[in-house]
Amino acid sequence: MADIAARNAAVVGGEARTGLHKLMQRKSTIAFLMALPLILLIGILVAYPAGYAIYLAMLNKSMTKFVGLGTFEFLFKRQVFWDVVYQSCLFAITAVIFKAIIGFVVAHFVHNIPTKGQRKWRGMLLVPWVIPPAMSTLAWLWLFDPSYSAFNWILAHFGISGIPWTGEAGWARFAVILVNIWAGAPFFMIMYLAALKSVPEQLHEAAAIDGAAWWQRIWYVNLPMMRNIIAITALFSLIVTFANFDIVRVLTSGGPLTATQIFATWAFKVGIESGDIPQGAAVSLFMAPILAVAAAFILRNISRRGSEV
Amino acid sequence: MAQVTLRKVVKKYDEVMAVRGVDLDIADKEFIVLVGPSGCGKSTTLRMIAGLEEISGGDIAIGGDVVNDVPPKDRDIAMVFQNYALYPHMNVYENMSFGLKLKRTPRNEIERRVKQAAQILDITELLDRKPKQLSGGQRQRVAMGRAIVRDPKVFLFDEPLSNLDAKLRVQMRTEIKKVHQKVRTTTVYVTHDQVEAMTLADRVVVMNAGLIEQVGSPNDLYHSPITKFVAGFIGSPAMNFIPCQLEQAAGALRMRLNDKLSLPVPASRSARYSSFAGKPNLVLGLRPEHITEARPHVEPDQHDFDMTIEVVEPMGMETLVYFTISGAEVCGRVNPNASAAAGQAMKLRADLSNMHLIDDTTGKVL
Amino acid sequence: MANASIAAGAPTRPVKYRSMSRDRRWAMRWSYFFLVLFVVFFLTPPIYMFITSLKSSGEISAAKNPWWVYAPTLSNYEELLGQNQYLVFFRNSAIVSVCVVAVTMLISVTAAFALARMKFWGSATLATGVFLTYLVPDTLLFIPLFKMFAFVRDTTGIELMNHWWTLIIIYPTLSVPFATWIMIGYFASIPKELDEAALIDGATWMQTLTKIFIPVAMPGIIAATIFSFTVSWAQFLYPLAFTTSIDQLVLPVGIVTSLIKGDVFNWGQIMTGALLGAAPPLIIYAFLMDYYIAGLTAGATKG
Repeated sequence: MADIAARNAAVVGGEARTGLHKLMQRKSTIAFLMALPLILLIGILVAYPAGYAIYLAMLNKSMTKFVGLGTFEFLFKRQVFWDVVYQSCLFAITAVIFKAIIGFVVAHFVHNIPTKGQRKWRGMLLVPWVIPPAMSTLAWLWLFDPSYSAFNWILAHFGISGIPWTGEAGWARFAVILVNIWAGAPFFMIMYLAALKSVPEQLHEAAAIDGAAWWQRIWYVNLPMMRNIIAITALFSLIVTFANFDIVRVLTSGGPLTATQIFATWAFKVGIESGDIPQGAAVSLFMAPILAVAAAFILRNISRRGSEV
Repeated sequence: MAQVTLRKVVKKYDEVMAVRGVDLDIADKEFIVLVGPSGCGKSTTLRMIAGLEEISGGDIAIGGDVVNDVPPKDRDIAMVFQNYALYPHMNVYENMSFGLKLKRTPRNEIERRVKQAAQILDITELLDRKPKQLSGGQRQRVAMGRAIVRDPKVFLFDEPLSNLDAKLRVQMRTEIKKVHQKVRTTTVYVTHDQVEAMTLADRVVVMNAGLIEQVGSPNDLYHSPITKFVAGFIGSPAMNFIPCQLEQAAGALRMRLNDKLSLPVPASRSARYSSFAGKPNLVLGLRPEHITEARPHVEPDQHDFDMTIEVVEPMGMETLVYFTISGAEVCGRVNPNASAAAGQAMKLRADLSNMHLIDDTTGKVL
Repeated sequence: MANASIAAGAPTRPVKYRSMSRDRRWAMRWSYFFLVLFVVFFLTPPIYMFITSLKSSGEISAAKNPWWVYAPTLSNYEELLGQNQYLVFFRNSAIVSVCVVAVTMLISVTAAFALARMKFWGSATLATGVFLTYLVPDTLLFIPLFKMFAFVRDTTGIELMNHWWTLIIIYPTLSVPFATWIMIGYFASIPKELDEAALIDGATWMQTLTKIFIPVAMPGIIAATIFSFTVSWAQFLYPLAFTTSIDQLVLPVGIVTSLIKGDVFNWGQIMTGALLGAAPPLIIYAFLMDYYIAGLTAGATKG
C-alpha cells in the first residue's frame, strides 16, 4: 500500500513539474511564433538590405571587386555630391521649420473657433496630406508650367513678369520647398492640435487671472507643455523630408541641371538609371548617420514624455 | 475698498439657466462662502466674478467699478482652483512669481513678496521644487501662495479642498482661516461641503438651482433657516423633517405626528402658528440634538415620549439613534451611557424650544 | 455693458481696461480670416486639378483664364476610363493595395498582440526595433533590394523584377512597422482584467485575440488599415524602380510616366488621371476622417 502511494506521489509530482514546464514554454513559444512574421519581414527586407547596402557601397562599379571606401572617396571629390548634401539639408531644415510654424499657428486658429465647427475646418486643412504626393506634385507641376502657369497668369495681372518656377535654380529650390511645406504642414497641424487640446484649460484660466495676454499664454503655457510633441513631430518630419523622393522627382527631376538633386533622387539616377549600383548605394547610405542621430533624439524624447506632470 | 456687488446676475447656457438672478453685497475684507449642492450655480457665479464666464445678464462690480466686460487680468483678483492649476514646467518660486513677472514688478520686490507669502504658508523649503514633486496639500498651499503674492482686491476659491483626503481637508481648512486672519482680503469661497462653509465663513450664501436661498452668518443659518432647503442642508446629521397636523384642542396648539404621538407647541410660538392650524402639508423640523434621552429634570417646552429604536450608531462622544415616525426617518442624539439598543423601546425627550414649522408646499419656514 | 443699474454714485469702469467681449469678437474674426487663407492655400492644387480635368486640350492651349472652365467637358474622363491602359493601372494599384493591407494586418495584429501582452525574451528590443524600422526610408533600401532581386532571379529563376505582385512583398516593410506601433498602443491600453476574465472563461490566446482584443481595439485596427492602404496606394519609388512594362505599372508611376509622351503633355488627361488616382484615399478620408486622424496621433501620443 505504502509503496503504491509513494509511486503515485512520484508520478503526480513529476507530471506536475513537466506539465508546468510545458505551459510556460507554450506561452513564450506562441508569442514568438506570433511575432515571427514581423521578425522575418524586418530581417529579410529591412535589416539585411540595409547591411547589404553597406557592402554594395564598397564594391567597384562593375561589382567585381572590393574597393573599401574607394567609392566614397570618389564621391567626395565630385562637386555634385556636395551640392546634393547641401540641397538635401537645405530642403529638409527649411521645410521643417516652416511646416512647424504653420502647423503651430493654424492649430491655434482651429482650436480658437467653437468646437462644433472645428471638425470641418480640420477636414479641409488635412487634404494635402491625404492626396498621394506623386499626384499632388503633378498638380503643382502644372501650376508651375513654364508656358501655362496659372500663378504666372495671376502675376501678369499685377504687371509682374512670369516666374521660371522650375526653370531657374533658385526658383526651383523654392518650388520644391514650397510643395514640401504644402504637403507636410497639415500633419504638423493635426499633431499640434492634439497636443493643444491636452493642455488643461484651467492653466489658461490661471494664466489669464495672473495677467497674461493671449500671446503670453501661448508662450508661457502652451509652448512649454507642447514641447515634447513639437520635438517629436519635427524630428519625424526631418527624417521623412530628408529622405523624400516623390516631390523632387516629379517636379524637377533634380533639375535644372542638379540644382534640386537630393540624396534619394540622385541615388536613383546614379544607381538605377545609370546602372552604377555601388555609387547609388553609397549616396543613399549617406542619409544614414543623419537619420540615426534624429532617431536617437526621437527615442529620447518619447521616453521623456511620460514623466511630465 | 474691495467690496463685491452682484445685481440680478444671470447666466444662460443655450436654453439652460445656470444662474437665475443673484443679488449679493459682499463687504470689504469679508469671507463669504457660496455653498450648495452640485449644479446649484455657485461655481458659475464665482467664475463670472472672475471673468472666466461671460455674464448673460445683470452686473458685477468690484471695488465699485462694474467689471462685466473687463478681462480677468484687469480685475485685480486671484483664484485658487480645485485642481490647483499650477504650471507644471515651473518650480514653486516661478509659479508664485508669474503674475508679478507679467506686471514687470522689479525682481527684489518679487522676491520679497514671494518669500513673505511662502512664510505665511510654511512652504519656504519648497520654493525650488516642481509641482509634480509636491503632495496634494503642498500644491494647494502653493496655489494659495500664488494668489497671496498678487495682493489682489478679491480672493476667489473654487472648491479648493475637494481633491484632498478627509484628514488633510480639516487641516487645510484651519490653514485657510489662519491665512485670512493674517491677510485680510475680501474672499469668495465656493464649496459643496456645509461644514467648510460653517467653519470658514463670516457669512454663508446657500444656493439652490441657480438662486440664493438664504444669506446669513453661520449661526443665523443654523438656528433660523428661512427655507426647508437651508434647514435640511445646514447641519450634520441633517435636521429631522416629520410630517404633522397642527391641531387646536382645548385652547392649546398641538402637533400630531401620528396616532399615538402628539407634541405641544411651545407657548412662545402659539401666536405665530395659530393661523396655520388645519393646514395640510405641514412639517415639523427638529434637529437631532434636540431629541435626546429623557432626563430627570423637565424644562419647559420639553416633552418626553416612547419610541422603538431601529438603528443605533455609537459615535463615541454620543450615540445616534434612528427611528421612524409616520414614514419619516428621525435621528436623535443620546448620551452614550443611556441604554439604547436596536429593536428596543426607549424614552426620548423632544426639546421643542428650537423647533421649526415648515409649510411643505412652499418650502418656507413659518 | 449696462452700468447704470449699480447704486448711484458708483463710478463706471475706467476707460483703460480692455473690453473682453470686443477682444473675443476680434479673435474670432482673425481666426476665421486666417483659416480661410490657409484653406485656400491647401485646397488650391486639388481644386485646380479638378478645374483642369474638365477642360479640353483646345481650351488649355488657348491660354485663357486658367482658373475658369469656359466649356466644361467630360471628354478627359471618357478617354481615360475608356482606354485600357489607365484601367490596368487602377486595377494593379487596387489589387496590390488590398493584398498589402491584408498581409500587413495579419503580421501587425499578431505581432502587436504578442509584444503588448505576452512578454517574451527580447520583446522590448523587438518593439524598439519595430519603431526604428519605421525610420529607415525606402530611399535607402531600394538599391540593395534591386540587387537582391537580381540575385533571386539568378539563383531560383523567379523573376521578381517588373512584376506588380513583387510590390506586395516589399510594401509591407513600409506599412507594418507603423501599423504594429499603432496596434501595440491600442492593445496595451486594454485593461489586463479583460484577458484574465477570458482566461478564466477558458479562452486560448488565439481566442482572446480574435474575440476580445480585436473587437475592443477596432478603432485602432481601422486606423491601421487605412494607413496601410494609403501608404500602398501612394507609393512611388519602389514601383518606379522595379516595374517598367506598361501593363505592370501601378497608378502613381503610370500617370507620371505614360501620360507624358515625349514633349507633349496632355494636361487635361494628366490632371484627370491624377485626380482619379487621388480619389480612393480622399474618399476613404471623407468617410473615415476621425479614424485617419486617430491613427496619426496614436503614433506619437500613445507611443
